[in-house]
Amino acid sequence: MSDSMEQFKVIFFEECSELLVSLEEGLMLLQSGDNDEETMHAVFRSVHSIKGGAGAFGFDDLVSFAHIQETMLDEMRSGTLAIETKYIDVLLKAYDILVELVGMAQRGEDVDPDYGADVARAMKDIMNESDQPTSEIETKSEKKVKKVASGKTTHIFKISFKPYVELYQRANEPILLMRELQNLGELTVEIDTSALPDIEVMDAEHAYFNWDLWLISDVGENEIQEVFEFVEDDCDLNIIDLGVYLSPDDFVEDDQAGLFDVQDNSASDVKATKTVEKEKIPSTPQKKPKAEETVVSQSIRVELDKVDKLVNMVGELVITQAMLREQGGQLLVEQYPNLVQGIEELSRHIRELQESVMAIRAQPVKSVFSRMPRLVRELTSSLGKKARLVMTGEETEVDKTVTERIGDPLMHMIRNSVDHGLEMPDVRKANGKTEEGIIHLSAFHRGGRIFIEIEDDGAGINRDVVLQKAIENGVVTAEANLSDDEINNLIFMPGFSTAKEVTNVSGRGVGMDVVRKNIQSLGGRISISSTQGKGSKFSMSLPLTLAVMDGMVVDIGQEKFVLPLANIIQTLRPANRDVNMLPDGRSVMMFRDQYISLVPLYEIFGVKDAVHNPCEGLVVVVEGDGGVLMGFIVDDLVNQQQVVIKSLESNYELVEGISGATILGNGRVSLIVDIATVQTMMTNKHFVSENNGQNLSKNSDKSLPQAQLSMEIH
Amino acid sequence: MASLTANNQILNNNESKDDDSFKQYISFNIDKEIYAVEITMVREIKGWIPTTSLPNSPDYMRGVINLRGVIVPVFDLRTRFRHGKTTPGKTHVVIIVSLDERTIGILVDAVSDILTIAEDEILSVPDKDVNPEYVFMEGLVSVDKKMVAILKPRLLFNMDDVPETDVNAA
Repeated sequence: MSDSMEQFKVIFFEECSELLVSLEEGLMLLQSGDNDEETMHAVFRSVHSIKGGAGAFGFDDLVSFAHIQETMLDEMRSGTLAIETKYIDVLLKAYDILVELVGMAQRGEDVDPDYGADVARAMKDIMNESDQPTSEIETKSEKKVKKVASGKTTHIFKISFKPYVELYQRANEPILLMRELQNLGELTVEIDTSALPDIEVMDAEHAYFNWDLWLISDVGENEIQEVFEFVEDDCDLNIIDLGVYLSPDDFVEDDQAGLFDVQDNSASDVKATKTVEKEKIPSTPQKKPKAEETVVSQSIRVELDKVDKLVNMVGELVITQAMLREQGGQLLVEQYPNLVQGIEELSRHIRELQESVMAIRAQPVKSVFSRMPRLVRELTSSLGKKARLVMTGEETEVDKTVTERIGDPLMHMIRNSVDHGLEMPDVRKANGKTEEGIIHLSAFHRGGRIFIEIEDDGAGINRDVVLQKAIENGVVTAEANLSDDEINNLIFMPGFSTAKEVTNVSGRGVGMDVVRKNIQSLGGRISISSTQGKGSKFSMSLPLTLAVMDGMVVDIGQEKFVLPLANIIQTLRPANRDVNMLPDGRSVMMFRDQYISLVPLYEIFGVKDAVHNPCEGLVVVVEGDGGVLMGFIVDDLVNQQQVVIKSLESNYELVEGISGATILGNGRVSLIVDIATVQTMMTNKHFVSENNGQNLSKNSDKSLPQAQLSMEIH
Repeated sequence: MASLTANNQILNNNESKDDDSFKQYISFNIDKEIYAVEITMVREIKGWIPTTSLPNSPDYMRGVINLRGVIVPVFDLRTRFRHGKTTPGKTHVVIIVSLDERTIGILVDAVSDILTIAEDEILSVPDKDVNPEYVFMEGLVSVDKKMVAILKPRLLFNMDDVPETDVNAA
């Protein structure tokens, strides 16, 4: 039992996070002046469901806070409290506290009894101000009066309800559900006890009863469905809309009128008749069974673990397929035509299978974006600025391995936009802009990658300040003649911050360089464009998944390494005259009218028996950080293939210069080269070699000491 | 290997019925020295297969292998005890050990036995407090007049230093 309780808790918290997202969305909509009734209901439902679930698990602090919030929402919903922006602001604050309370409940932390008390107070004050009865029961009865008076069409619903034994095990009570239904309209209850066995053989913990419920109400089918929200998996439930209800006077036949003579005793308790009455459905003029609409929804909830396993398994399949292909390539088509053709087909199917499986795990970026409105709210209130966050393309899907890791960089960039980008309201006004700045966060797919852009209408980058700062920091020389774009991109340099003062938001010098590093470690790129006075736009592109990658397998000595294909520009064997040595021992090569550094991978990775002379091996020209070209010296190319990325860290630790591992067709592990860190390793190495006057680039089989290779960690 | 795994199963089942003070260990040797680890940690025992070496790693880190799609690091116990590097042949085995959420392989000469040892049979390591290097030894036990050192693999390869990572990423 305790195990299954834990399991339900997990589900509850999963649902909570979804509900919180929709709650926030709804509140934001309301705040923007969209007083749609449906939105109001959705907001109310979210809080209500959280409260309900929390009650089941005994999270009392959560329940009592959610209750106040719910009551306030209910008043708004019923119209006793106006939907005003200042009230919504309070509700947004309450939302923030609710998020925290859910978090604390999830982590099993104790809640400070005063936590959120001020906001709770504020909500109560608002409700008292409005001088209306606040108790839930009163509003409910009020609602009922309204309902009777309203001219909405009233329908008859037949609800067949057959609880499973699990329903009782989860401490749900059919009577409570029926009472709730009663709140929606006139309810007639019939119980079917035919399944009840003799008392000798009866199992007290078994579920024997079925109910047929007739509800006369003006609510929609969805609202009835909602009553059963928490039990729908634990019962057979069938809700049929039998059509418009005509008052008893309209019925000609007596027995039908008798069945529905409920108008007089509308507040009566649930009536239970112990007889089984078969198919006593009143025939109404507009009988329209909506069978299709009661079909279960077209999505299922699956544990992420299961999907991950599936993704891993397909990954294995890709590896096996690569092996088969490798072996099959040696067969003669004439000899085994069917086998060769079979392998080809298998490859195609596996590729398709892989795409489908990856699609299952794809998530809309909404899961990340949804954290941003709150961030902007917090930032604007602490900085005294005004900003509105507009989001588009939230439905754009990307693998969860990516969504998991773009949250932090994205938050950093939003923070940057609000703090550095947007001006103070008075400055904006003076410049002829609206006081409220707009930050536009968007996502879209293009060319097999996902693009995320953050655009603000703020001051833009002050290139003079940036350039000045860069010269001060020695990043560029005073004589350097940089293009506007180049100056903009200086903000990605380490330790660069143009904030005049360090705020508690940003400006500590840990800035955009870290963002860029994070994005690059995901195989992404980031760039900025900016117009002074008009605003800036950051745009980043990321791979759709981190689970697979197109790679180039290369030989270095006895080892095989994988280079990310996305970074490869060209592969060539240089002529002797193209390779030159710099005084510090570095080799450079002429490539497309510029000298590029040659990177001795064999040395960086300490591989024995590798080709040292680039003119005897090959040079793979790759693009590193900031578009810097480098030439990686390798022995030979093996092939180009899709590789499944596996983590070294899960069982060992991060290895510098290596982003992960993969399994090749022969079953051996091969390491994937992390181009950005190799670049840093090279840079640091030269820094050291220049300072010590040592020539570290001389061929040596010993790997370099860790200290010299360790990259700067910010 | 299969029979050994099956054996484990039986032994594990028996263990639960046994007195709690008894524990079972798998013993193995490097040269003439005998070591043991708790049997519940051992996932399987594998014949040596060539590893892919990792750059800039300690000398006792032999590289990584593919264990049914999972990348598993293999450590050379001989090198760890500063007795040189093992030249693995057909008889050498890798003991795959589970340490909470991590899986590692330990390269040894051969597996020798399954031992059932009572808690009070385990003797303390002399000067353990003096030499911090000895923390990886849980204790010593005498079996058939031979000394067996019981190891704590987690401390042996400093797996506690490894940062937290996403388990699903494997």
